[in-house]
Formats: sequence, C-alpha cells, structure tokens
Amino acid sequence: MSTPKTLFDKVWDAHVVRHVDDGPDVLFIDRHFIHEVTSPVAFLGLEGRGAGVLFSGRTFATADHNTPTINQHLPVADPLSANQLAALERNATKYGISHWGLGHIKNGIVHVVGPENGITLPGMTIVCGDSHTSTHGAFGAIAFGIGTSEVEMVLATQCIMQPKPKKMRISVNGTTGKGVLPKDVILYIISQISASGATGYFVEYAGDVFETMSMEGRMTVCNMSIEMGARGGMIAPDQTTLNYLKGRELAPKGEAWDKLVPYWESLKTDEGATFDVDLTFDAADIEPQITYGTNPGLGTGVTHQIPAAEAVKDGAASYKKSLHYMGFSENESMIGKPIDFVFLGSCTNGRIEDFRAFASIVKGRKKADNVTAWLVPGSHIVEKQIKDEGILDILTESGFQLRQPGCSACLAMNDDKIPAGKYAVSTSNRNFEGRQGPGARTLLASPLVAAAAAVTGKVTDPRELI
Amino acid sequence: MAYDKFNILRSTAVPMPIENVDTDQIIPARFLKATERKGFGDNLFRDWRYNSDNTPKADFVLNNPTYSGEGSPRKILVGGKNFGSGSSREHAAWAIYDYGFRCVVSSFFADIFKNNCLNIGILPVTVSPEFADKIFAAIEADPKTELEVNLPAQTITLLATGESEGFAINGYKKHNLINGFDDIDYLLSMKSEIETFAETRPF
Repeated sequence: MSTPKTLFDKVWDAHVVRHVDDGPDVLFIDRHFIHEVTSPVAFLGLEGRGAGVLFSGRTFATADHNTPTINQHLPVADPLSANQLAALERNATKYGISHWGLGHIKNGIVHVVGPENGITLPGMTIVCGDSHTSTHGAFGAIAFGIGTSEVEMVLATQCIMQPKPKKMRISVNGTTGKGVLPKDVILYIISQISASGATGYFVEYAGDVFETMSMEGRMTVCNMSIEMGARGGMIAPDQTTLNYLKGRELAPKGEAWDKLVPYWESLKTDEGATFDVDLTFDAADIEPQITYGTNPGLGTGVTHQIPAAEAVKDGAASYKKSLHYMGFSENESMIGKPIDFVFLGSCTNGRIEDFRAFASIVKGRKKADNVTAWLVPGSHIVEKQIKDEGILDILTESGFQLRQPGCSACLAMNDDKIPAGKYAVSTSNRNFEGRQGPGARTLLASPLVAAAAAVTGKVTDPRELI
Repeated sequence: MAYDKFNILRSTAVPMPIENVDTDQIIPARFLKATERKGFGDNLFRDWRYNSDNTPKADFVLNNPTYSGEGSPRKILVGGKNFGSGSSREHAAWAIYDYGFRCVVSSFFADIFKNNCLNIGILPVTVSPEFADKIFAAIEADPKTELEVNLPAQTITLLATGESEGFAINGYKKHNLINGFDDIDYLLSMKSEIETFAETRPF
C-alpha cells in the first residue's frame, strides 16, 4: 500500500516537473492570473531577455487594484493608474492573453472573477502577483501569491521554483452560533495563532464548519490564510465545490467534466497522513469578531475588551505602538466605539453572499448620519446579482449607494482612501497602518458587523440586530 | 533580472527592532503605480519616514544622522520578528534594494518577502532571537558596529567581538546569489521538459 498523502501532497507532487538537489522544486503552474500593478515590470523583464510567453492560454488578465469605483465609463483620471491599465492591455494584446479590462462585462477583482467564471478548478496550481491568491485554495487548488520576478518566470516558463512548505491542518468542529460568518471563523483562528502563526506552512482547513460552509465562505477563509503567514490554505473539494463549478462559463463541460470528477473526488487527505502541525478549535467558542490593532492577529470577539499587552503574542513595544496608532487603550471595550467609515467589498468579502448578509441587517433601518459607506461589489457579475435579487433596492431605501467593482478601499490605490485618523469598519483583509489611506484606522470585521456599524454609527454586536 | 553577486558583505547596519513590519509600511500601495522598476528607494518606509507635508520625521531611524549620515552607506537592515509580512508586492524588496541595502537580518521572515529578496539579490539572513538581540544591543552601544555576512560560509559575525552564528540557505539559491544567476535562466534551459510535462495536465 502506498504511503498516505495529504491533499496538499497530492496536488503538489502532481506538479513537480523536476526536483532540484538541495534546492526548490520546479512546479508547473496550471493557471496564472495577472493584474495591472505587479505585471508591467515582469513584461519589461521578459522583453529584456528576449523571451516570450510560453503558454498564453494559461494566463488571464484583469484590471482591479487601481480602478475607480465611480464613472468607470470615463477615462481614468489618475495618469499613473491609467498608465498601468494601458500597460496591462498592451501586454495582454501583444502576447495573446485574455484580458478583462475596465469596462469588460467580466471585469472585477482577480480572486472574485477567477472562481465565478470557472477558471479556478480543484487540483490546479494557481499563482498571481497578489498575496490573496490563497483564495482559490477553497476549491482544493494549491494557490499562492508571488512576486514580480516570479510573474515573469511563469510567463516565460509556466513554472516557478519553490521549496515545498510544511503542512498544517486546522480543524474547526461543531456548529457556529448566531451571527457568526466565515470571516469570523478565520479572524478567530488568526487571533488565536497570531499574524505569523502559520508562516512556513500550507494550511488545510478541515472539520464540520468547513464541510458545511458555502464556496463563498470557503473563499473568505482561504483568502485570509496569508494573514497568519501561511503560504496558502486549501479545502478538499466535495459536492459543494462541484455544484458551484458546474455550468460556469469556462469550467469543463460534458465529457471533459465527467472525466475529471473521479480525479477531483480523490483529492482528499488519506487516513493516516500526517501534518507537521495539527490544530483543533471548537466552533462554539467563536463569536462575531473585530480587530483593534494594526495586524490581523490583533482581533477579538466584538463584545470583548482590548487585551492587555501581556495577553497577546506580539511583543509589548510593538503592541503598544499598534494601539497608539489606533487611538485605543488596553482593557477598553470595543462595543460602542464610534466609527466614521464602512467598507464592504474586497476579494475577502465582495461576493453576493456578503451583500445578502449586509442587507439582512440594514433592511428597514437607516444608515447612520456619521457614517460614510462604500459598498463595492467584487465584480460586474456580483453587481448584477445585487440588482437582480432586489438587494440594491434594500440598500437604497436604507440610504446606501452602490459603487462599481474593484479592489477599492482595501488597499486604497484608487481614490477610495479613508482619511487620516478616521475609523473604518472594513470587510477587507488587512488593518496595517495606512493600508486604507495614510493614517487610516481599520477595524476588520464580517459583513454583519460592518452592517451593524453602518446603521448605528458605532461598533455594535450584530446579534442584537438580527 | 541580473543583480549584484553576493559573496562576503561587511557593513554597518540600520536597526529596526519592530515586530510585524509589513510590506505596506516598507512601500505604501500608492507608490506601486510605476511601470518600470526604478526610484522605489525614495519611498522606502514612506509614512514612517516623512510627515504628510514631506518633511522628514526626526524620530525615524533612517532620518537619524547616526545611522544615515555620510561615510560608508549601511547595507544591512536588521528588522524585528515577522519582517515583510503582508502583500506579495516585490516592490517592497525593490525599495529596500534601491535604497542601498543588500542584506536584511531578522529572527523571522514572512515567506513571500523572503523569496522576493532572494529573487532580486538581497540576502535574507534568519538569526536566532538571541543573536538578533545581541546585534541590536551592539548597535545601540556603538552605532559604528560592523557586521560581516559571509554567504559562502553561511555565517553572520559581529566583527568587534567575533560573536558569530550560522544561517541556513537553500544550496541552489546560495549558488545563484554568489553567481548572480536567476531562476528564469535555469527554467528556460528546461523548456522542452516543461512542454512535455504540460501535455500531461488534464486542464
């Protein structure tokens, strides 16, 4: 009998073109996503060395990081952003790469449009010059972010050179309580193991909570794997995965689909396979979460107090610097903290389920006067769903406006910047200093917590509004 | 891309004993809009280094004449635990390189950042937390303290006291850094092997 393998081993080993002695594996990449920010220098490098794109059909380009979220029909006002967008289009055209630029019906955030169009499939290796490529692991793919040198590498050779990471399994068993979303599950895990707790590892999520979770929820969880330092996260494909993918435009059809199903069903960790680290959490311990610090590990249950320095894994000096930036103190309650902005969107929580959750709270209520809310769908397809399902009507009646798709205030490369000193409850993935604009203060949370803040103007337990 | 060969580096160092220095601090997103790889050093640690009116913040280490004054430029940056966390933006490594650093030392690096450094010719040296503390203490006692990073021998040494520690590096990456080679040259030499492999993929 062969040695039991983990899901990660099965997918990784199937992609090793060559193992380099005392070196990394040469790993074949099935799908490569590119966007306007991390690809232009890669194409310049390619030209500099006289290389071409080896398999242009395996790369997909979309514009997202820089794009405005209003008036997308007009020329992009920022000349630097416009220049990057033009470079992406030019390079895609030159090398025959599929390009979903601004104005394209399928345009949106790279990690939203890949799955929703059926480009992302179980058992693939997927890379992109963006750390949240880990999102695609929700399908049982090995997916991770790379740097621009590696973008060039994949364009030129369809391979990258990587040492095989160690393996960690994180199981969450039981049933989550009222008002607890997938975002709360992953924020809870990160708060327990810290923002560097999974560095060096590839994570497999297992247990009841992930088995019963929707694909969109699984994407939220895998998306945030990088926020605890993991190279990526993955969840074994199951019927939920296949149901999501079947019929998506670019997913295999008919006989091609039928031939792949047995392979996809084999993609699970064998009985007896071992992990370098195996962690287990109880779903009952998870309540709606919120962060109070400047890394995603500094979060807690929304009804809790900000911990004292000795109770967190970060060193005291770094922790105090973090709280100083946020304008918070040890032992303060998070409930009732006044906020200024709400951002619903990003590759973490810019999908239709996130808008449904947000609408479930704001329905019949009014946006708080002190709150500026930026609601940004992850793609045009999500935008259309919001309209078709009547969610836009609910939002409009409650005093909210919908913006156009893009990365927006997650990293504030476009005009959507939170002003210095202001507090934003954000469904994005990072609360780093200045991430949402110089001096901006970010509280990461689920769409339900964001909605509760949007209608009350302060940090509120969403369970009171459900 | 081609980069400087790395062999033995002797230099004074800039201390930054802060944990979780993320890539948004190393280079904020608004400075990622270039389509060419130049000038990123000017915006290295932008928001820690400058006020919003572009005047330097006096209390930031890169603005401290003790660490940034004339004389031999400091080529080693010593950071706190979990250095380079966050985004995969290689621009962070470019900014560090463009500013003049050739080696970053920490007790713990984020994975993608470490890879990005190796891919552009910056040597990331992982030391024990104890040795990191010794380096910080030595620099605090004497800002002119020199470090020697010996890649062939895989050692880092405080020259004044001779205290030394070994560090790990993948043999392939070591060979590349010493010779100024990059992965793409290696992979291009495997082209037909890769093309044959691609035919076996089911999608």
